[in-house]
Amino acid sequence: MLQTNLTHVLSEKDHAALLKANENVMICCGRMGPMCIPVYEAMEELEGEYKHVKFADMEFDSPDARIIRNLPECRSFQGLPFVVYYKGGKVVKATTSIQQPKQITTILDEHFGKK
Amino acid sequence: MDTQYDVIVLGGGAAGLTAGIYLSRARLRTLILNEGATGGQMTLTHEIANYPGVENISGYELARRMRSQAQKFGCTVKSNLTIAAMDLTGEIKRVLLDTGDAFTAPAVILATGGKSREIGAPGETEFKGKGISYCATCDGDFFTDKEIIVVGGGNSALEEAVSLTKYASKVTVVHQFDHFQAFEHYVVEAQKNPKIRFIMESKIEAFEGDEALRSVKIRHQQTGAITTMAVDGVFILIGYVPNTKRFEGIVTLNGAGEIVADAGMATSLPGVFAAGDSIAKRYRQVTTAVADGTIAALNAAEYVNAKKKEVKAEEVL
Repeated sequence: MLQTNLTHVLSEKDHAALLKANENVMICCGRMGPMCIPVYEAMEELEGEYKHVKFADMEFDSPDARIIRNLPECRSFQGLPFVVYYKGGKVVKATTSIQQPKQITTILDEHFGKK
Repeated sequence: MDTQYDVIVLGGGAAGLTAGIYLSRARLRTLILNEGATGGQMTLTHEIANYPGVENISGYELARRMRSQAQKFGCTVKSNLTIAAMDLTGEIKRVLLDTGDAFTAPAVILATGGKSREIGAPGETEFKGKGISYCATCDGDFFTDKEIIVVGGGNSALEEAVSLTKYASKVTVVHQFDHFQAFEHYVVEAQKNPKIRFIMESKIEAFEGDEALRSVKIRHQQTGAITTMAVDGVFILIGYVPNTKRFEGIVTLNGAGEIVADAGMATSLPGVFAAGDSIAKRYRQVTTAVADGTIAALNAAEYVNAKKKEVKAEEVL
């Protein structure tokens, strides 16, 4: 389990339940590594501001993370973390490698609306 | 309306957090404003094994502990924000966020750290995370049995080139000079590794591909000859640049863009101190950042307390 304060997605079942229960979802799929940690921290900070978005993480190396690793939107990705934004259960955006907080909020604002 | 503090610290890495600990423990109202994530470059280190008194700790955990320690002493820490403007020239310094929130203080500590240096060649942004990486330990396993390039000639570049041979079938080190800056033992280890070859006196001119990186154009510095090399990944490990662009023309910077600070961490502007990786110095370690942050905080505290005494004396008169 990742050492963050975010909601942890531990299985494909969790993933499905999360998407079913929430209209707007951001999942950061990574490890406790230098490119991923800043993204988790940005998400933890944003969690209080974007109450209409569910922020979660998923361990990249867990077998069930194939639900994210194998997404067509992530096919060309070769840098951690893989971050996927879902609206109504559908992928609306996916990013690879570290993202600055401003890049994240731009995506959140564009796809989920401003806080 | 502006919120007043005694000291504003710009940057929440090792230097900034240490300054926050010292200042808030000295009962000074202290605000840390951090545009990135807490910990700065410290969080880029998987394992810190040379922090005195701590045998082994991840950079992430050390950063979390420092932040918590600062907050316990009463320091306010705000991260992941955007500074819209600042005026550091007057007696009272003012920092404005893009949210419209403004903060003032008689002293400021610049501890904005550094970031990975980029090559600046066409395609670099486009293929970041799609073949281009700045972290070998993060992304090395995506290139198992693939051919990669490591750009750089310093300790990190050569150490990671060797490390990446665990995954890659072939590693080509591309370096702009005819010699390496790395310590001799890193050079020797890389040179004796059969999976590593070297292209010296050369720079990458462009990154090319479709949905992922496929090739690079390499220019030889002496002859100007350009060759195209098919490659699956490129790791750019050419050091760091200080986050000081916004201080140009405000405090004195050296030719490398680093803040020039004296032994007391004072900059060219009264009431403005600096610490950590953003200042001109030779060694950049967590321990040196912590030392800088301590010195900057103690001198900023002295400066602020002297200012308070001046105000009190004027009131008496």
